[in-house]
Formats: sequence, C-alpha cells, structure tokens
Amino acid sequence: MLSSAKCWAGDLVSAFPKHLLAMDDLDAGAIGEVLRVTDSFAEVGRRANPKVPTLRGRTVATLFFEDSTRTRMSFETAAKRMSADVLSFAAGSSAVKKGESLRDTIETIQAIGMDAVIIRHRSSGVPARVASWVEGCAVINAGDGWHQHPTQALLDLYTVRQSLGGGDEGLARFAGLRVTIVGDIRHSRVARSQITAYAALGADVTLVAPSTLLPPSLEGWPVASVSHDLDKVLATSDVVSLLRLQAERGSGEYVPTMREYTAGYALTARRALELPPEAVILHPGPMIRGVEIASEVAELPSARITDQVGNGVAVRMAVLFLLLGQPASLEHMSEPPDSEPIGGPAPEGGPRG
Amino acid sequence: MAERERSHTRPRGGIFVPKAQVMSADDVRRAITRMAHEIAERNRGLHHIALIGLQTGGVGIAQRLADTLAEVEDVEVPVGTVDVAFYRDDIGLRPVLPEATTEIPFDLTGMTVVLVDDVLFTGRTIRAALNALGEYGRAQAVELAVMVDRGHRELPIRPDYVGKNLPTSRDEMVDVSDEGVVIGEVLGR
Repeated sequence: MLSSAKCWAGDLVSAFPKHLLAMDDLDAGAIGEVLRVTDSFAEVGRRANPKVPTLRGRTVATLFFEDSTRTRMSFETAAKRMSADVLSFAAGSSAVKKGESLRDTIETIQAIGMDAVIIRHRSSGVPARVASWVEGCAVINAGDGWHQHPTQALLDLYTVRQSLGGGDEGLARFAGLRVTIVGDIRHSRVARSQITAYAALGADVTLVAPSTLLPPSLEGWPVASVSHDLDKVLATSDVVSLLRLQAERGSGEYVPTMREYTAGYALTARRALELPPEAVILHPGPMIRGVEIASEVAELPSARITDQVGNGVAVRMAVLFLLLGQPASLEHMSEPPDSEPIGGPAPEGGPRG
Repeated sequence: MAERERSHTRPRGGIFVPKAQVMSADDVRRAITRMAHEIAERNRGLHHIALIGLQTGGVGIAQRLADTLAEVEDVEVPVGTVDVAFYRDDIGLRPVLPEATTEIPFDLTGMTVVLVDDVLFTGRTIRAALNALGEYGRAQAVELAVMVDRGHRELPIRPDYVGKNLPTSRDEMVDVSDEGVVIGEVLGR
C-alpha cells in the first residue's frame, strides 16, 4: 500500500536573519536551530583535529573598538575551526587612530571583501549602523555599549540546555525555568541579551540589583519580577546568572562601596547553599572573585563558567555557519514577494529605520 | 525520503507525492539479511569491521545490519553515525544544515568501515562522508552499502552492497523507510 503524501513545507528551519545584531533578531525557532547546530560543532571541537572545511574561502573580520580577550579569541577560533580566513582589526593599531571615520573603515574593509564582520564598540547601535552600510556581508554584534551581546546570551542558553539534559528535551525545559540575573543590569549588554533570550524560550526572569544598578525604566522588558534582596530569591532560582560590576562604565559610582555591594549581592558560599541542588551558576566573565562571586563558589560543580567559555566557540561556529553557509538567495525564497529588498537604497551616511 | 534530500528543499519545502511502491517492508528486510551475509562473506570473521550510518537515512539501516550480523555471525560489530553537512561541496549553494551529531566513539585506524546510506544518487554525499571519516582515523578500507542505487552518479563512486538497483529520472525522489521503498516526486519546488 502506498503511503499518503508527505508534507514538510516550512517544518524545519525558520529563516535565519541576515545579520545578528540583537537577540530580538532570533525567535524561539531560530534559537533552537542555533542550539541544534551548536551540538554538531561541539562534536567537532571534541575531535583530535577540531577543524572542518565548511567555510573554506570565506573571510571574516573582527573589528574590536573595545578591549576583549575571550570574545575575540572565541570568534577567531570559531572562524578558523571552520577554515575561514580571519582578519583581525584592533582600533588601537589602525587608521582609526589617525582619525579615520567608522564609515571609511567599513568601506575599506568591504572593498577588501569580507563575508562577515564581527564588531564590538563602546557605542550602542554601531553594529546596526554598519549593517545598513554593507552589502553582501553579515554583521555580528560582539557587544555594543549597554545594548546587546547576543552570542553571549546564546552560549548561556546552550550551557543551561546542557545542564537540563541537552537536545530538544533540554530546550523544552526552559518553559517556566526560574532564571535570576544579579548585578549591574543598568550597564550590562549581556543582561539585555539574556533577558530577551530566556524570555523567548519561556523562562521566568527575575532581576536582582540595587535600584541604582537597574535601568530607569523596565517598561517593555519581558521580566517576571524585580527584587532588591538576593537572599529572598535564591531558594527559587534554577539558574543564577551573575554580572560583573563594570568599572570601565562607571558602575562603581552607583554603589556606596564595593564591600557593601558584595555584602548584599555577591554569590557567597553561604548564599550558594541556599540554591536548589540542581541550580546552575553562570558568569559571562571576566569575573572579579570576591566582588560578585566568591572564589570557592566559582569552583563549585554547579558553576558552569569554564563550560560557558568552551561552549562559546561552538555557539559562534553555529552562528557563523547559519549566517554564511546558506545561499544568498535563501531569504528571497522565504520572503513574501512584495516585501522591500533588504539591500535597498539607503541615504548616504544617513540613519535607517 | 533521505532526510538530507528533504532538507535540501528547505526553506521552500514541498510535498512528496508517492507514485509507486518498489520494495515492501519484507523486501527491505530480505535485502538487509542478504547484504549482511555479503558483508560477512567478503570480510571473513568480521574482525575490524565497523558500520557507519549516514545521518539520517543510513542510521537505521546500519543498526539493522549490525543486528543481523549479531544474529547470523554472533559478532558484535561497532556502529557509528556520521553527519556530512560540514563537508558538503554545496554549502552556500543550497540550504545545508546538520541533521544530527556525528557519533564515532572508536578509532577507525586499521578498521574496515562499511558506510551505510539509504539512497545512492550523485555520490556527493559519500564523497563528503569519506572526508569526514578521515577525522576519526585512517581506515584500512572503506566499503559502501546502500538500500537503493538510483543512478545519476556525478563522481567515480560505486556501492559494494546494494539492496536494489532502481532506475529513476533526476527529478524523482526515493523514500526509504522500514515500511518499504517508495518512488515519487516532489511538488512545489
């Protein structure tokens, strides 16, 4: 007997965006796709020779206008493990120092011919602006000001999904998961990306911070609750995600003293005992032991901080693969025919949207 | 349907319309039994043999071959799976996504590897699989077992063990499952 017609239209991949500028660019389906592809790249990372020919002949540039070790190394390792060529640009040693504008720097980089540009900048919105300038080149936000750091949120999700059993079952267990984000939320692009990411998967996000380290308004943020008392929320936290006090963004001025901050908001050994036994402790790094996290807590098996760093490479491989490894015509296929072309004419140098 | 072929229709998708059943569930079972015997005959004793199923269509067949070998030869043959997405030559030309994770928890150095897939078509998937296997050790030899050889090869690749030779036209599609083999076409591509 003949089986009936099988239909698989649209049941597998949600169209992946052209750029990764903010967590809002990804819906739950696209996040799931990133995490599934990450599983395959994590397997590559476990091999004796952790390199695949996937992005051979593609060129990826990292443009870091702000200091970074782990994010930059992580992106560059990711690109190299996929056999892409990597151009590394540090603002300190470039023509920017001579007064070249961002626009001209990007024009130069595009003239050389890049398939992806990974940008970190101290000003919010720079990656989005760059995305409006480039043609046929994917832009990945590696952290802009207080705004977003989407790959950090994705690697947090991947790490939590691992501790929830991994796979699609682990992904499903995000629904109703109690996530507590502690620390300098006001100045944190990581927190902004995390909140959107966890909420997209159905988790309940609680923010814990002194009111000076919260943004002036939380209107429109997908947050379940806000607390100023860490001790009250520990027992009901499945995930505790700590943030660093960002001295370079002036967060020291928002707390009376570091010791007072530590007394109220650091995850100390005593506080870690209050967590449920299965709880996961995360920190995006760099962590300041003794300020937001006690040294012995960072060494607990439930602290997945080094896993986060390791997972970061695989997650970034997945993001690069999903942005660069798909045909250029893909989005036209999935777009309604009457939609505006993305690369449409933009006013010279002018803002878009 | 090979999941891979299905995936290549993404994101536009399509509808698989079956035209004719060319193998029944019993035919598939008999083909697996015969191929298992052929593997045992050619590789006397089955020492150093490993079965590697291609994700995802070849995985079930590789497992059934291993089960049959355990039954008739009383030898436990190691079974692994390989996903070839990162080794394909059409990355950027067609939507390519990994279907599942590669799992080869043993060193292939010195082994005779039998690659197992459901449908052999252009041979490009097998080319990619050969490159992927190289990462897990230097196999002594690689053989190829497929349930259906549908022709239209684009590379010098031939199977060693075939369930059924099935002449097809290029735009047809072949769906292999435990319930049998169906030939059909995809509408809406």
